[in-house]
Parts: sequence; structure tokens; C-alpha cells
Amino acid sequence: MKRYDAIVIGAGHNGIANAAFLAKAGLDVLLVEKNEWLGGAAVSRNLHGDWIYSNCSYVCSLLRPEVYRALDLGKYGLQVVPYGGSVTINQEGDYLGSYVDEDASRRELMRHSHRDADASVRYHRDIMRQCRFIRQFLLRTAPDPTSFKPRDLLELLHIGKKFWGLGEETIYDTIRFYTMSIVDYLDEYFENPLIRSAYASSGIIGSAMGVMSPGTAYVLLHHAMGDVDGTAGAWGFARGGMGAISDAMHACFEDHGGTTIAGNGAQQILVRDGKVHGVALENGDEVYSDVVVSNMTLPRTFLECMDPKDLQPEFLEKCRNFKIRGSSGKLNIALEGLPEFPALRGNKELICADMHLIDSVERLERAYDDWKDGTWSRDPYIDMLIPSLTDPTMAPPGKHFMSVFVQYVPPKIKGRDWTDEDRDGFRDTVLNQIEDYAPGFKDLIAHVEVRTPRELENEVGLTEGNIFQGELTMDQLLFNRPIPGYAQYRGPVKGLWMCGSSNHPGGGVMAAPGANAAREILMDLKKPNTVPEGWLDD
Amino acid sequence: MTSASKGRAIVIGAGHNGLTCAAYLAKGGMQVTVLEASGQVGGAAITREFTDGFRVSAGAHLLYALSPDVRRELALERYGLRLAAEGLSTIGLHPDGEVVAVRGDQLEGPGALDSDREAMRRYAEQMNRFAAIVWGLKDQLPPRLGTKNTGDLLSLAKLGLRIRRLGTDDMREFLRIAGINVYDVLEERFDSDLLKGTLSLDGTLGSFLGPRSNNSVFCALHRFNQGQGYAIPEGGMGTVSIALDGAARAAGAQIRTGARVANIRMDFDRVCGVTLEDGEELDAGLIISSADPVTTFERLLGPRHLEAGFANRVHHIRNRGCVAKLHLALDGTPMFTGLDGEQRGQRLVIAPDLDTVERAFNHAKYGEYSANPIMEISVPTVFDDTLAPSGKHVLSANVQWAPHDLAAGWSEARDDFEALCLDTLEAYAPGLREQVVASELLTPADLEAGFGMTGGHWHHGEFSLDSFFMLRPVPGAAQYHTPVNGLFLCGAGSHPGGGVMGCAGRNAAKAVLDQA
Repeated sequence: MKRYDAIVIGAGHNGIANAAFLAKAGLDVLLVEKNEWLGGAAVSRNLHGDWIYSNCSYVCSLLRPEVYRALDLGKYGLQVVPYGGSVTINQEGDYLGSYVDEDASRRELMRHSHRDADASVRYHRDIMRQCRFIRQFLLRTAPDPTSFKPRDLLELLHIGKKFWGLGEETIYDTIRFYTMSIVDYLDEYFENPLIRSAYASSGIIGSAMGVMSPGTAYVLLHHAMGDVDGTAGAWGFARGGMGAISDAMHACFEDHGGTTIAGNGAQQILVRDGKVHGVALENGDEVYSDVVVSNMTLPRTFLECMDPKDLQPEFLEKCRNFKIRGSSGKLNIALEGLPEFPALRGNKELICADMHLIDSVERLERAYDDWKDGTWSRDPYIDMLIPSLTDPTMAPPGKHFMSVFVQYVPPKIKGRDWTDEDRDGFRDTVLNQIEDYAPGFKDLIAHVEVRTPRELENEVGLTEGNIFQGELTMDQLLFNRPIPGYAQYRGPVKGLWMCGSSNHPGGGVMAAPGANAAREILMDLKKPNTVPEGWLDD
Repeated sequence: MTSASKGRAIVIGAGHNGLTCAAYLAKGGMQVTVLEASGQVGGAAITREFTDGFRVSAGAHLLYALSPDVRRELALERYGLRLAAEGLSTIGLHPDGEVVAVRGDQLEGPGALDSDREAMRRYAEQMNRFAAIVWGLKDQLPPRLGTKNTGDLLSLAKLGLRIRRLGTDDMREFLRIAGINVYDVLEERFDSDLLKGTLSLDGTLGSFLGPRSNNSVFCALHRFNQGQGYAIPEGGMGTVSIALDGAARAAGAQIRTGARVANIRMDFDRVCGVTLEDGEELDAGLIISSADPVTTFERLLGPRHLEAGFANRVHHIRNRGCVAKLHLALDGTPMFTGLDGEQRGQRLVIAPDLDTVERAFNHAKYGEYSANPIMEISVPTVFDDTLAPSGKHVLSANVQWAPHDLAAGWSEARDDFEALCLDTLEAYAPGLREQVVASELLTPADLEAGFGMTGGHWHHGEFSLDSFFMLRPVPGAAQYHTPVNGLFLCGAGSHPGGGVMGCAGRNAAKAVLDQA
């Protein structure tokens, strides 16, 4: 009976990264995936003609450069191409552009408000301070504040020192930043509605909060703390779609002798005398190892893939209370040609940028009110890109792939499950919204893939369709993520590990949870560490 | 500045914090003058006749946080403080007559589910333990962060230790929920919608927060005052202020009503006195303002005396008052469905379920008043016959949400809103409308005009994690002294915040006496 040194469940980017780091350390690792294809939510799918969809995650910035280097992803074919800025289009046919060229961006801000153009200098300085602060902790394991273990005390001290080192003023700003709503935070900088909505929208991506909910300022940070080629805050496309990231990681994994089973997911995690000893697969086969790493969400791992008898009732209760409400949907659209946005007046740079359709924080907040009432937003916030303009491999010549991310979309409709009618209604709401800004857009559509929380859960396994594998609120961050007392990637059963985005530092194509978990596993197995620690670039 | 004015202190505002501060300063041997704009001491802690023969606590109407130290040290009982009722229970009402009564950690009434009884016990016990940590800070001088000052580090260490002492499980739960919202926490613990709605009021009352807004658990903690519970002072809330006034005068403080301060005068880098609206000038080397920080710095002092960053922070203090006050004179006992006898005098809550409360808040975000307002109701006359002619009653209600900056404008909307409030009450107490002899609605705009609170905000600034302790009202003024030499703050805008507590006034006096 073959026993592996470790079995990783779920070939999402965190699972593959985790497996690759373990394999690099010389472990005999088995990677198990329920789908025929690998990548989880970091995937490129060919679902219509010669179009390639990044059909879940669609842009890249958070991926830790240390992981990129440590796994030599460049060698395995990953190429991240930055794209030009962003643009927010309002209903009056005007827009706010943000360019790679800082002077152009400033002129654009001044076009809307001189006062805000000045404030933006202060704003970007303050945000950058917060980014530089939090980045240091992404590739570190969070301490347990209740523990007296030297390791936890030292890590607490480390964080405390860094925090104190910010200096009095910045410390106050940091506390306020983590507890304020993005709207209240922006109030202290900006007056122009379009500018305010443009910045505010980053505070709600993937979150079940409104722009006026305290705690959303952090979510903005979560989307600003990445970089492309050392340009902090920049975003880019993975050439060939987001799947290129997973593929490169997987190539590295196989290069180091890893084994992969696809199209046959984990049915149950096997436990014998209080220790894991393997995994039963969907087809009935069993694979064995003393180390099982789950890249699935917290609820999926413990409420669906384990025998309740193997777990404490209190722990199961905490899993049930884990907040993982989906709030986003996505449309992947194959276009016969390039849509016209009259507002952009043929601006060649901005059509390649990240396009937002919003013009006031009140509109954003009302979109959230619909979510609370159990329906998708009637006037949704839309974040869309046309990657094929930057990466021609995504669509046939002259044709285009458009990625449309939508906020808000509830996990259930008025308390009941989604139906196909609901899904179509949601699709039409979104398409009409875009049509309003780009007349004739609908006529260009060759194919649409609609992703509601239902599809995200059924296909990718994201419980309730939450793209972060768990909400990013203070009760589920740092040492609270996913559950207080289990924030160090160790499960409640010996030999069981967690490496998904349900764990610190959370969602986004970051590979940090997978990397951190691998570091902890290798430490326990007394194997040489292959995982970078801390933020080496700052 | 004359040498005579050196030892002299002026306290701006005779609200309960101003009076408390003055009393302690006078006891500390200072020559104190309190200047009150209105004709009556008490600020928002007053009793006022709003129609012939009917008196009501025109601002705050329930006592739940009065500092035991202030009460003892200033011997408030000696100056007339008496409670008509204490240890009130909170009773959640439902249009269909269902009621749920919460007394401390006990659920009363037949309606209560057994699962909820047990959950309530655990919830109240735990929240009280957590509240003890937050309340433990209320008499403390907030520390500065990032300094090497041993005092600051020590008080932080104390806080850390206090949290540690909770023990592993409680500490984890505290760190988990302290920053989030009551909606999720209550959903985790309780079954009854009415109970959840009723409890959610503690997290949102007086705040620009809905049950789903993070920070609401933190706000709720301040209603768990170590199980002290709610009380009604005999003669209304004004009794507290009158007692404080007596204590202050007895200690030698001079208190002038009808003396509205127009501005604070500067002598180069130090305050030197104030000018009253009638032009009278008073000299003082120390000025302690119980007015809210925005009024103090922007109106009385003027931003030109402030450093830009500080002025910017003050300017952005969130003062969005969103609670209206409704006073009804009734010629009979209000017949709330499902209540009898003294139950009618308890703290009555109209918040039928979490989603109704959340939807009520939605309106406030867009400058509208709630279509289904949430209420905290008190009928003090059940226990206190000094407020109304015998057999008649006074009903006092906090109604939310009613934003200060109403898009429609209060002058247009006030009658509609008052009618809406009466309709709501009628649904819970059939026949009430016929009993109404006279009514008074105070919108946040009225509260602002009447009590001089910017935005009509009870707490002189939103009460939340981003404006708490060393961040309240703003960094740079959190230790009661301000960047302006000789100018101090002692109002609800300062730590530990609003509610008839007296802690801010007491702490400020301590800070003043330590410096002077």
C-alpha cells in the first residue's frame, strides 16, 4: 500500500503552491483535484470557439514576488503583463481616468477637482504607508495572542515593534484605517463624487459589506498591497489567462516529482485513532498519508469532507459560524468586436484599462442594500476589462474577451437557492447596465458565461461563492483567521493542515496561505525550509 | 493676562460634564466660573416643562452609566439625587402583542424560548466581562501611542493584562467580536427574531450604524455597564444636573446661566479668557470646554489658532446626529399591548427584528428618515408622579433614524415624521393617539439648536473604534489638554464619551489639576 509523504486536496493556486514547496523539500506529494482541469479560481478555460476565459480571478497583483522567485515561475512560463491604469465612467458620459503616467493622472484629477488633486498626494502617501506596513506580515504565520509559547510571544513582539516603529501619528491613522468605512475614510480626503466612488469601489470587492460599513477601508488595502514587477499597487494580466499562474506552479510541482490526480476529488478525509491517515476519493479509491493538507474552504473541509465524530462539537459550531457569504458574480463574454464607450471618446489607453461603471458612493451603497434583501443589485457595480487588448492570446484576431466582475450578488435569492431563471435575470441586468454605457455592445456578444455564487460553489468549490474563501472582517483576519486558535494552518486533528485562502492572509491570487502552510508543515516534519519568510522586497 | 486671572478657570457649558469638572476643580482649590448659554443648567441632562403641567427629561431620559465615583465623591444624594426606579428591564414589543423582557441576564415572560434563556445568560455574562474591560478604561487618562513614556506603556500593559485575564476562550471571543457587528453575533446566539431585534438596539442607539455595521458590538458593550442596568431619576434627568450644580456651588464654583460664550480669547500662544455674546470679557488662565470639539475649536477658538493637520482632524469629527426625541403628554395610561402595571414603565423597545432595524437604518444613509422608525421608550410617570398631574402620563421616546441633514429639510418634513411616530406608537399601544394632550418632537436640528451639540449628536462625535480612548475626540486632544496652551476639553467628545456618566468631566479636572 503506497503511502505519500503528503496529500494536498484541491489544485487551486494555493494548493499547487503548497504542494510545490513540499515537493521542493524532497517530499513525495500527491495533489488531488475534483475537476478535470487544474487551477481552481486561477484558471484559463476554453469554453467557446478560440476564446480563452480567465473565468474566475481575472487580474494579477497580489501574487507574492518571493513565491514567484522561489518556485521559479518565470522559468515555468509565467509572464505577468501590467495593464494601463483604470477608468471610472459616470452616467453623464464623463469619466475619471487613472494613467500609468502620474502627471496625466494628476491633470485628470484636476479636471474634476483641484482640491482633490492636491488631496490625492496625501491620500496615496497614507495608503502606501499602510501597504508597506501590512506587506511585512503576509508571508509570516500569525501569532496566537493567547499563547505563552516563546514563538508566539516573539512574533507578537515583532508585530508590536513594527507597529510602534510607525511613529505616533501613523499609529493613530493605522488604527482608524482598520476600523473605518471607506466612505468615512475618503471623506477626509476627497469631495468630488466621481473621485470618491472611484476609490471607494476597491473597498467592497468580494466583500459582504457596503462602502459605508466600518471595516471596508481594510478591504481597499487588500486590493492595493500587491505589485507587478516591483511597482506597488500595479495590476497586470497573466499572459494566457490566470491559469498561466497555476500551470507554472504545477509545472514546478511536477518538475520536483509531484503526482497529480485530476477529475477525482476528495470524498472524505480519513482519521484513525485521532490522526489522519489518508483520503477517500470520489471514485472509492483511498490514498494514504500521515499529512493531509486541505486547500478547500473551511466549511467544505470540516463540514463536508470529514466525519463529525472525528471533530469536537464546539469546533464544528465555529465552522458553521464562519462568515463566507458570497457577494460577487462574474460574466465572461466573447465579443465579435471591440465595444464603443462614447464617454471614452476613443481614448486608446483607457479602453485597455480597468473600467468601472459607477459615479457615487450612494449608488454603491444602494447596490449593497439589494444584497442584504437577498437579490442581486438592480443597479450593480461593474468592474470590467478587455484583456485581449493587452494579451492577444485570449481571443481570435479582431475579436475580444471581456471579463465582467459584478458586485453585489447574494449566495441565495430571498433565502432560497438560485434557479436558472435567476441566473438569466442577473445576466440581463448586467448586460443592460453595460449596454447603457456602450450602445451596441450586446450585438457584439458571441457567447456569455455567467457565474453566480451557485456556479462558483459548484464548480470551484468556493462555499457560498465567496471569492476570498471567507470574509475579510476583523473577526476573520490575522490570528482570527479562519478561527481563533487555528490560525497557524494546523487543523484540529493531528496531521491535518489547511492551506487555502480561508487562512491568513486571506484571498486573492497571492499564494501566501499555501506558502505559509508549507513552511509550517516542513517545520513540523523537520525538513529543510523551502519557503521564503517575511517581505523580502521592502 | 492679569496675575489675578492666573489661578482662575472658566468652564464653558453647564452640562453634566461641565458641572462635574467645575465641582472637582473647585474642590481642588481653583477659582472656577461656569458659563452656561441657556437659562438652565444641565445641558442635555435636564428636566423641562414642554406643555402645561407636564415635565420631561428633554435630552437623555434613562440613567445607566452615572459614575459611582462621581456620585460618591460629590455626594449627589445630599444635593437631591434620588432614583424613582432602578434596575429596569428592557422589554421588546411586537405589533401582534408578543413581548420579550430582558432583566440583566434573565429572559422574562412566557414568550421566551428556552434555547434563548440559556443563550441570554451566557451572552449577558460574557458581554459584561468584555464590557468590564472597556469600562475599566473610563477613569483612565488615555495613553499616547508610539512614545517611550513609561506611563503610556504601563497603561497599555494594564489593558493587555486585563484582556489576558479573560482566559483563553473569552480572550479569543473578545478579540473576535469586539470589532464586528451585532447582527452576526446575535444571529450566532439567539433564535427569537424579536429578541435579536431588541438586543440589536444597544449596538445602534444614537449611532450612525445599523445592526450589520461593524463597530456595533463595540457600541453595545457600553450598554452593558457591569449589570448596573437602567434607572429613572426622580424629577427627571434634570435632578442629576441640579445635584451636580449644588455640589459645584458648595465647593465654591460660580455658575452663571444665560451667559453665552462668543469666543475664546488668545494672548499670543495661550488662552487668556472669553468674550460673552453681550460683549462682556472675562479673564482666565485656564479654559475648560464641555462644548463639543467642533464648536470649541471651529466656532469659539477659530481654526487659525490650530496646526493644519489637527484642524483637519477636528473638521472631520463625525457628528451626524440621527436620533429624534419625541415627548407626549397623555391624559391616561398608555396601553401597550401585552404589558400591564409597572411593565409600562420599563425601558420599552420597538425593534421587531434585525432586518427591520437594518432597513430602518438604510434610510439614514441617504438623508431620509426611517419609514419604520426604531424606538426606545420611557414612561417615567409610572414611577414618578412629580412629572405630570396625577392620573396623567408623560411618554418620552428616542426615535431613529432621523438624520440631522434631512434631504427634504426638517421644516417641511417634521409634521409628517411626527405623524409617522404616532402611527407607529398607535400600532403598539392602541388608543394612544386619543390620549395625546400635547406633543413635542425634537429633531437632531432642534437638539443642535437647543443644546449646542454640533449635528445634534448625543456623544459630541460618533462613538466607535476609530474615535475611542486615545483617538477621542482626535489624536492630539485625547488627554483632555489641547494643542492650545491653557485650553482643555471636558465634554462627551472626550474619553470615555457620552451618556450621563460624568467621567469625562472628572478625568478632565484631574488632568487640569495635574498641570496647573
